[in-house]
Amino acid sequence: MRTGVIAKKLGMTRVWTDDGVHVPVTVLQMDGLQVTAVRTDETDGYTAVQLGLGKRKVKHTSKAMRGHFAKASVEPKRKLAEFRVSADGLLNPGDELQADHFVAGQYVDATGISIGKGFAGAMKRHNFGGLRASHGVSISHRAHGSTGQCQDPGKVFKGKKMAGHMGASQVTKQNLEVVLTDVDRGLVLVKGAIPGAKNGWVLLKDAVKKVAPEGLPFPGSIKAAVADAPAEIPAETPAEAAPEAVTDGE
Amino acid sequence: MNIIEQLNAEQVEKRLAAGEAIPEFSPGDTVRVRVKVVEGTRERIQAFEGVCIGRKNAGVNSNFTVRKISYGEGVERVFPLYSPRIEGIDVVRRGKVRRAKLYYLRGRAGKSARIVERTTGRGMVNGRYVGDKTDA
Repeated sequence: MRTGVIAKKLGMTRVWTDDGVHVPVTVLQMDGLQVTAVRTDETDGYTAVQLGLGKRKVKHTSKAMRGHFAKASVEPKRKLAEFRVSADGLLNPGDELQADHFVAGQYVDATGISIGKGFAGAMKRHNFGGLRASHGVSISHRAHGSTGQCQDPGKVFKGKKMAGHMGASQVTKQNLEVVLTDVDRGLVLVKGAIPGAKNGWVLLKDAVKKVAPEGLPFPGSIKAAVADAPAEIPAETPAEAAPEAVTDGE
Repeated sequence: MNIIEQLNAEQVEKRLAAGEAIPEFSPGDTVRVRVKVVEGTRERIQAFEGVCIGRKNAGVNSNFTVRKISYGEGVERVFPLYSPRIEGIDVVRRGKVRRAKLYYLRGRAGKSARIVERTTGRGMVNGRYVGDKTDA
């Protein structure tokens, strides 16, 4: 079992496939997703990786957390989450995961915190029908109606669906198709809607109820430090050369 | 520009680069939309000709509505402007209208549903359409 990822929900848009079908997608971003800690059987009794996403200013990070991040030598992260993995799926602290951790066409489960609806009535919260609009109904058109029987039970059964707090709870949506991944911008485009508001955190895992396709990066798609270095050098040299050329000209 | 806007712009660019150019047309114009239709395994082009009764300009979500009378029955189709299913759009006739949305045509038929041809104004020189750029 390999690790899932944390991502930030950016919003929704649509994508046209090559054969002309339009797909509604949720855009998720994982920029600078790093392993901040590793749980092993020897030290913790289970195996998992702790990932961190987002940037937090050092001055806003508690001393204890600064120590925790320093241990993995990563920048302070805004959101941390732990993912259970098998022993061979462990990563090293500091490893950066990339968007091609997921492959287009595979299925994922997405967990997010749904948008809070506050104190909602029974019609909104449990899809009750409400009362009639006319025929003598007086100022209770959206009421839930009866809550039980008569003197015999003499009580309202536990779990009776009534008005109350709705939303702002953890929701997992299963079997969502990955439409596209973009490594450069760290984007994963997932078909359909995902619980949570824009800029909220979403946990993505390989779908539990689907067979994973062949060729998934295992234990994960890690940004290689070696491949990173040559990519940076050519990018820097023209930037350095350009101001020099200007000064030479002057 | 945020990421979503970037993605939308890329979608539009991709369509503009791949397909044929989208002509300028506005509500009131009679257009022929060539739509790719899949029949079994074969793909063919089907034309839908009618009056454009409205356009929505919203980047990748842009669309336009075409209305025609088919066998005495009014038919309206909404086409996404940047859909790869649309092979091309031909402007058959330019119409003179004073509304952006010609929903009033829905309640009309026959003579009262006519639209006068536009021969002057935007992009028109000597009764011929030459485009907005040469207008000035």
